[in-house]
Amino acid sequence: MAWFSKPKYTVLASSKKEQQSRNLWTKCDGCGETIYNKEWEENLRVCPKCGHHQRISASDRILLLMDEGTFREEDAYLRTTDPLAFSDSKGPYREKITVTIAKTGLRESVIAGSGRIEGIPVEIAAMDFEFLGGSLGSVAGEKICRTIDRAIRHKRAVIITSCSGGARMHEGIVSLMQMAKTSAWLGKLKAAGLPFISILTHPTTGGVTASYASIGDIIVAEPGALIGFAGARVIEQTIRQKLPEGFQTAEFLVERGFVDLIVPRKEMKSRIAKLLRYLGCKA
Amino acid sequence: MFPLPVAGCLMVHTSRTDGPMDIKHCDFEEPLVEIQQRIDELGSFSTTEGVDFSAEIAKLKGRSETMLGEIYSRLTPWQIVQVARHPQRPYFLDYIRMMSDDFEELHGDRLFGDDKAIVTGFATIAGVRMAVIGQQKGRDVKENITRNFGMPRPEGYRKALRIMDLAARFNLPIVTFIDTPGAYPGLDAEERGQGEAIARNLREMALYEVPIVVVVIGEGGSGGALAIGVGDRVLMMQNSIYSVISPEGCASILWRDATKAEDAANALRMTAGDLVGLGVVDEIVPEPVGGAHREPMQTAMTLKEAILRSLAELQKQPKQRLVERRLEKIRRIGPVLDQ
Ligand SMILES: [Zn+2]
Repeated sequence: MAWFSKPKYTVLASSKKEQQSRNLWTKCDGCGETIYNKEWEENLRVCPKCGHHQRISASDRILLLMDEGTFREEDAYLRTTDPLAFSDSKGPYREKITVTIAKTGLRESVIAGSGRIEGIPVEIAAMDFEFLGGSLGSVAGEKICRTIDRAIRHKRAVIITSCSGGARMHEGIVSLMQMAKTSAWLGKLKAAGLPFISILTHPTTGGVTASYASIGDIIVAEPGALIGFAGARVIEQTIRQKLPEGFQTAEFLVERGFVDLIVPRKEMKSRIAKLLRYLGCKA
Repeated sequence: MFPLPVAGCLMVHTSRTDGPMDIKHCDFEEPLVEIQQRIDELGSFSTTEGVDFSAEIAKLKGRSETMLGEIYSRLTPWQIVQVARHPQRPYFLDYIRMMSDDFEELHGDRLFGDDKAIVTGFATIAGVRMAVIGQQKGRDVKENITRNFGMPRPEGYRKALRIMDLAARFNLPIVTFIDTPGAYPGLDAEERGQGEAIARNLREMALYEVPIVVVVIGEGGSGGALAIGVGDRVLMMQNSIYSVISPEGCASILWRDATKAEDAANALRMTAGDLVGLGVVDEIVPEPVGGAHREPMQTAMTLKEAILRSLAELQKQPKQRLVERRLEKIRRIGPVLDQ
C-alpha cells in the first residue's frame, strides 16, 4: 500500500481497502492473472501482465496526482436535501445515502479541494465510483461549481477526474440540472482565461460525459477506460446490431477526435504537470 | 418562407363542441369512448329511422364534456406522460405555423450534415424577430424515420449551437422548443461525440448575451432535451414532462421492472407543477381541457402570448445583468446542506 497509506492527508480511508490488503493476491479483472498484492499496489493497481487499469478511489486519485501533504479538502460535509423526497422499491433515497456513507466511508461521489502538482497550485475535484456509481447529484454539482469558483478567485487551473455512471436518478431533474450548472461554470472559467484539464477514467458515461467531462481544454484518458454517452446495451437495443470491438473505449475516442491523449496511470502526474506548464501555470 | 414544412395534418382541427371525433383516446379516457359510441349510434339512428334524438345527443355531449373536465382536473403523473406523448399533440413546426408571421428554416451544422430531428431558423412572431430551435417528432412512420422520432444526433445539437451563436452575434432573442424522448442512443451518434455536443451547448447557452426563452412542449427527455434548454425563462406546457430519465428507464433500473413505470413517474416528479416547485420551471402554460391536441390553435395562442410576454420582460434587462441572473438561477437549482 506504499502510495495509498499516507495518513497525513489521506482524505478518507475506505474499509474495503483494508479487507483487500489482508489477502495476499489480487485477481486482475483484465486478464484473470493472479498478482501478488505488493506488486499490484506498487504498480498503482495496473496489471503488470496486461496493463489493465483497475478502478481506484477518489482519495487515491488525489494522492496520485497531488504533491505529498499539499491537498486540503473543501466542502467535505455538503449533503443532499433529497429534493424529490425520492423512494424506490428498495426504500427511501435518504436511507440509501446514510447506508452508503457508512459502507464506503465516503460522504459523497466527489471529493474536492486544493493542492499542488509538481508545485503548481490547482483546484481539483475527483469522482468516486463507490458512492452510488459516482453519480452526479446536487452535492457533486455544487462541489464542482465551488471548485471552479475557488479557481477563478485564486487564478488557478481546474482538474476534474471523472469516474461515473452519469446523473443520479434519485434526484431526478435536479441531477439533470447539475449538468447545466457545472458546464455553465466551466464557461465562466473559460471566460476568466483559466485552463480546465478533464481526466477520464473507467467508466465515464451518461450525464457526466454530456457535461464537464467532455469539454476540457485538454482531455486525458486512462488506457482502456469506458467512455460514452449512451449505454452499450441501450445502443444495441436501438440499432439492433452488435457493437464493434473496442467501442466507447479511450482508444476509440482518441481515434474519433474526442480525447487528446491517453496516459498510463504511472505517468499521469508528470504529464498533467507538464501540460499545465504549457498552459502557463507556474509553481 | 411559407409554406412551412408539414409536420402533420393536425391543423384541420376539431373543436371540442364538434365532438372529439378524430381524437385518439388515452387509456384513462375510456368512459368518453363509450359516450361517443352512444352519440354515434343515436346519430345514425336519427338518419336511418328519421327519429329526432338531438336532445338526447346534446345531453350526452354535455356529459362527455363534464367528464373530460373531471378527468383532466386530476391527471396523475403517469396520465400526463400519456398526454405529453400523445401522437396528435402539436409539435414544434405546428406551433411555428400557428404562431408566426414568417419562418425561414436554416439547415446544417457546417461540419457533418443536417439533422432533421432538430429544426432551426429565423421566425417573426407578432412582428418580433427571433431565432427558433425545436426538436421535431414525426406524425407517421415515414416522417418519424426522417425525424428519427425527435431524437437528435450530435449534428443536430451543433446546428442548434451554430444558429444560437448567430443569434447572439446579431442580437436576436432565442426561443427553443423541447420535445424529445432523448438524444439518439446510436453508434454513429457516439462516434461523432454526442456527449461533447450536448456539453458544449450547455456551456455556451449559459453565456449568450441575448434573451433565451425555453418552452417544454411535450417530452423533455434528459440531456438530449437540456442541450437546448438553458435559458432565462423556462416555460412548460401544462401536460408536458421533463425528467432525467424516462419513467420506463427509471423503473427498469431502480425497480428492476419496466412495468413499474407508473411508480417511477410518481417518484421522478416530472410534471410542470413539480418542476416549478423545484425551481427548474418559471411558468406553466395552461392547456385547454382535454389537452393541447384537442384545441391546438387555442393552445398556440396561449403559448404565443406567454413567449412574447417573457421576451418583452427580458429585452428590458441590460445584457450583463441578463447573463448574471441566468447563471444565478442555474446555480440555485439543487440547494445542499452544509453539516
Ligand atoms: Zn491483467
